[in-house]
Amino acid sequence: MFLTDGAPGGTATTRPVLQAQDLSVELGGLPVLRGVDLMVRPGEVVALLGGNGSGKSTLVRALLGLVPPSRGSVELFGTPLRRFRSWGDVGYVPQRSTASLAGAKVREVVASGRLAHRRPFVPPRAADRAAVAHALAAVDLTDRAGDDLAVLSGGQQQRVLIARALATAPRLLVLDEPTAGVDLAHQEVLTAVLADLVAAGTAVLVVLHDVGGLGALVDRGVVLREGRVALDGPLATLGARLHAAHGGEHHEPEPLDPHWLDGTVNR
Amino acid sequence: MTELLSFPFMQRALLAALLTGLIAPAIGVYVVQRRLSLLGDGLGHVAIAGVGLALLTGSAPIPIAVVVCIVGAVVVELLRQLGKATGDVGLAILFYGGLAAGVLMSGIAGAGAGALSQYLFGSLTTVTAADLRLVAVLAVVVLVPALGLAPQLFAVCTDEQHARTLGLPVRFYNVLIVVLAAITVSMAMRTVGLLLVSALMVIPVAAAQNLVRGFYATLVCAMAVGALVAVGGAVGSYYADAAPGALIVVLAIAVFALSWPVSALVRRRRVVVELPVDPAAALDGAVTHVVAENTHPHRHDHGCGHQALRHGDHTDYVHEGHRHAAHADHYDEH
Repeated sequence: MFLTDGAPGGTATTRPVLQAQDLSVELGGLPVLRGVDLMVRPGEVVALLGGNGSGKSTLVRALLGLVPPSRGSVELFGTPLRRFRSWGDVGYVPQRSTASLAGAKVREVVASGRLAHRRPFVPPRAADRAAVAHALAAVDLTDRAGDDLAVLSGGQQQRVLIARALATAPRLLVLDEPTAGVDLAHQEVLTAVLADLVAAGTAVLVVLHDVGGLGALVDRGVVLREGRVALDGPLATLGARLHAAHGGEHHEPEPLDPHWLDGTVNR
Repeated sequence: MTELLSFPFMQRALLAALLTGLIAPAIGVYVVQRRLSLLGDGLGHVAIAGVGLALLTGSAPIPIAVVVCIVGAVVVELLRQLGKATGDVGLAILFYGGLAAGVLMSGIAGAGAGALSQYLFGSLTTVTAADLRLVAVLAVVVLVPALGLAPQLFAVCTDEQHARTLGLPVRFYNVLIVVLAAITVSMAMRTVGLLLVSALMVIPVAAAQNLVRGFYATLVCAMAVGALVAVGGAVGSYYADAAPGALIVVLAIAVFALSWPVSALVRRRRVVVELPVDPAAALDGAVTHVVAENTHPHRHDHGCGHQALRHGDHTDYVHEGHRHAAHADHYDEH
């Protein structure tokens, strides 16, 4: 069933941590995603790229079951999304603006990432506290653990949301535009955090408006255009293509040239 | 005070007030975090229909109000989850429909508006032993999940989408919150009354947010404030011969008003604004080293009252429009 795509490294035999097939989503009757195929393998870093309104955020939300699909299927770790229960394997970093976190301490927000592993009415165990402390240290916010989120800068709040996902200790980390509105210094911290995770074998699916500093980590880029996968392949081969796409963002998308992409095209 | 406690009706009144004061903020903290501060007020209106129904059928008002209020709360929540209640017109119709139905039914029952008013504004001193037992049972029913499931409910209230990716039954928890709010509103109708119960759910939480930091600290502090003003209002109403519900709410607002300057003091000490380091300044090797001219009567620190700014690896303090950074025995202008 696997699509042949141009990812190097010969990991195609391992079971994907995430697989979407023919995924379509409609919001308010309008088609937002149209027949998207996407796969993330263990330890792989996949960047989801595309302009505003290309459906990037809707895709990650559909992959996590936050938006119902109108057609197609999603499997997480080989289990259809409807029957998936091992949420402790998945970490999600939403866009910063979606949460109402004022009035909560940094540590409290990060600790909620442990709830995938905790049972109701059972107090947190030593392992939970250790995971929270570790996640705070990873994003370099240990000394702000007792601060209200409202007094942190945008970049720091973004790091809190990442720490919350890290506290879950996921095998698949999904980040929705983690670098949006974050200055360069914070982006470097973020890149270092993700590099450590990738080295430890965590698979990453990251929505990016532009590749930026994270580019060195990314194994494969998937470019969405008007709800369809326009390009899928190693970032290096997408590079020149992306520049062309950026330059002409407000024009008609250029027709795809399969020769140019050297067999890395899915659709 | 001992004279006060010697009256059985006053003992029951104080116990009922204490329970209401503890419970209302415990569920209110979730309602406020979800930005549904006026939910309690709306549910109070729905509960009036329950009271009217009880008067009409001649049954005990609290149990009927609890049932009607829970049904109303679940309808509101399901409409919200289905995305049908995006406009608040639907909610308004439900809430005022409840009020109108209550008044109509109590009129048909021949009880008139007078019979309703003890539930609208509370009547602590007429709380019976049976009422108190029911209030105590409902208090336990609300408090166990409100405290025991605090981490889960916190996660759902702050970031519903993320909570779903934790595998939490978000829909169930959302319904649970409004059901607990409905029970709280109904049980509070004898103490502060249906029209004022919402105040006891929201105002102690707002005061606690000014006084302490963090969600759990707010939860505990709000319950303490709620218990304090509820008991204080009940005692005060005995001596001042005032309506207890109204006095409780006025006391709560007084605590909130007092918490305001406290929060201003606390914030000034705590907030350290982060200042972006200008990369251009760092590149320019021979950065101008300007020594601050003012001689300082004090050392800048977190308590000095000058706005602190985190600036890269050190902290600047805003002093008469300049930024001062500590350097050896003097301050540099930054």
